Amino acid sequence: MSQAFVPVRCRRARPALFLAPAASLLLLFFLAPIVIDVGIAFTNMGESLKVTAWTLKNFDRILGADRMIPLILLTTFLYVTATLFFFNVGLGVVLAITTTAVSDRLGALFRGIWILPRMSPAVIYALLWIWVVDSSPQGLLNQVVTGIFGLAPLNLRNDHPLLVIILANGFVGASFAMVVLTSTIRSIPEHLFHAARVDGASEWSVLRFVVLPSLKGPVWFITIYQALSLLVTFEYILLITNGGPVYDSTTYALYVYRRAFEGGHYAYGAALAIALMLFGVCFTLLQWRLFGDGMNRTRPRIEVL
Amino acid sequence: MAQIAFEQVSKSWGETEVLRPMDLSIANGECVAILGPSGCGKSTTLFLLAGLYAPTSGKVLFDGHVVNGVDARDRNVGIVFQSYALYPHMTVRANIGFPLRFQKVDKDDLSRRVVEAANLVQIDEFLDRKPAELSGGQQQRVALARALVKQPNILLLDEPLSNLDATLRMSMRAEIRAIQRRLGMTTLIVTHDQIEAMTMADRIICMSRGAVAQIGTPDELYRRPADTFVAGFIGSPPITLLEGDAKGETLHIGTGAMTLTASTAGRITLGLRPEDLRLGAPGQGGLPARVVTVEPLGREVLYGVETAIGRLHVLAMAGDAVPPAGEPAAVQIDAAHSLLFDAGGRRIPNLNIRP
Ligand SMILES: Nc1ncnc2c1ncn2[C@@H]1O[C@H](COP(=O)(O)OP(=O)(O)OP(=O)(O)O)[C@@H](O)[C@H]1O
Ligand SMILES: [Mg+2]
Repeated sequence: MSQAFVPVRCRRARPALFLAPAASLLLLFFLAPIVIDVGIAFTNMGESLKVTAWTLKNFDRILGADRMIPLILLTTFLYVTATLFFFNVGLGVVLAITTTAVSDRLGALFRGIWILPRMSPAVIYALLWIWVVDSSPQGLLNQVVTGIFGLAPLNLRNDHPLLVIILANGFVGASFAMVVLTSTIRSIPEHLFHAARVDGASEWSVLRFVVLPSLKGPVWFITIYQALSLLVTFEYILLITNGGPVYDSTTYALYVYRRAFEGGHYAYGAALAIALMLFGVCFTLLQWRLFGDGMNRTRPRIEVL
Repeated sequence: MAQIAFEQVSKSWGETEVLRPMDLSIANGECVAILGPSGCGKSTTLFLLAGLYAPTSGKVLFDGHVVNGVDARDRNVGIVFQSYALYPHMTVRANIGFPLRFQKVDKDDLSRRVVEAANLVQIDEFLDRKPAELSGGQQQRVALARALVKQPNILLLDEPLSNLDATLRMSMRAEIRAIQRRLGMTTLIVTHDQIEAMTMADRIICMSRGAVAQIGTPDELYRRPADTFVAGFIGSPPITLLEGDAKGETLHIGTGAMTLTASTAGRITLGLRPEDLRLGAPGQGGLPARVVTVEPLGREVLYGVETAIGRLHVLAMAGDAVPPAGEPAAVQIDAAHSLLFDAGGRRIPNLNIRP
């Protein structure tokens, strides 16, 4: 017998070793905070950080007593769906298709421009938006509105705060889909385009029958991934509108932050965070159930014995 | 249903010229095979015809009209790609029916024609599968059905049968040929299989390094190859080429010599096809030889024999009485079928060796 045939059983011991670094990081920065958060949620920890009693009051508050919750949920829903649909997916698809249809140089230039906001620090990007929508006549938008169209200056941040945060997040978010989908389109074999043209397909039909079907999988992935990240991140909103006026542009994640760190209700913030976490987990599981077969559970390319 | 012509058509990618200026004329309804080594520009030639590549120079003509500016979708060409190029998101049914979507074909007619085409290539049982769920040969047949279903004027097949087993290949060949005749489609078929080229095609184009080496009927290419390249490429098992020096009517090769039918001089290459040689016992006349290798090919046996003029290959029937390996033997040469090439590799017409 040759030495080359190592029995499969010998390999069994190694996974624990391989997984140890990742597992310990996961434990330290992911599981531990969750445990602590859950613990705090059942206390009455306030600004003084003193815990005097275990209580379920925080959950009572979420489920009924807090009158803000419905408004916050509606704002969050509008913000996430609109940003996703129009920008993070819609604009991303359009950008990927158009920048791959033009010459390589021009396409790369456009993609470079669209990626810029993602590369620049959040504070600078937010400051630019604040300047754009500033209510004074010096704001960029108002210079255009008053100077060119002769209209009264706008105060978007005050009158349409939701629109501002959707635009600001959308212009950053579109680049993710653009990059992913560009490489998807690039990886479609050239012969498929050739075949479609020979078969009599117009440019539009090629788009519809060759390009779009291949984007389906990645678009699902982007939708799920970006929906979750829109749900939990709020730095642009915090910087541009600070959730205001009052609570008009406060999404759920920002609400958690404001309750905990502005209001000093740490325990209530922790409880709110648990709800968000549960929603995220359910959402992910549901998506696995619905689309798992197409996305995450494809047959392995190499069968491991 | 279309006559095809190339007038000095060439194709370059940047600096590299992959197709040198080429003239070509294919009659209406003709079936022509393109043979040639890998990378010689066969697929490029098809793509130029289909309108998928624009020629760098020259004109492509259909029925005498220049079609250089005509888009691929308006050329009514059917093509089987070397890589099949099936649409991965569509079922086999949708794949085959795809070209008909863009013609004014009503629904019933469309599904009838799809089933017909699928029947023809024997894939009707897989109509509702996706391409990824088919074997290579099945995918290839779907590609064939898709090319045939729209009944194109010109059919371009890039190694359409390369992935099929011998039996299926034979029946497919016959099917393609029959439907090609019936519909009168002008057909170009790229193949690496010489038998396929010989049996299916009216004429064969033999290509080498981006240029046509010879165009002719299968018999012409086999019996009267233009040069050593064509002689070496056509015929299986391949021809034996032996280089020698000619002085008058004597051709010196190795330690031996042959007599020529006319006098000449310089470097001369002698070509002998294995099937034009016969192996017998010594003393029956012919070139003294010794058997060194024996390769059974089924019905036939290929012998490698050592002679004074070099190593020769001899094809014999399996049942023939042949001296065993190591034994002395004699090779008789069918002198009328011998081929002689000049120093530049061109065949010298009307020159043979004497028996
Ligand atoms: N896009 C390209 N850029 C540069 N060179 C190319 C390109 N496409 C093809 N070639 C070159 O052109 C030559 C001819 O290619 P072609 O595909 O026509 O070969 P072929 O005869 O079909 O070969 P095979 O039998 O392997 O399919 C090859 O040498 C190839 O490297
Ligand atoms: Mg090829």
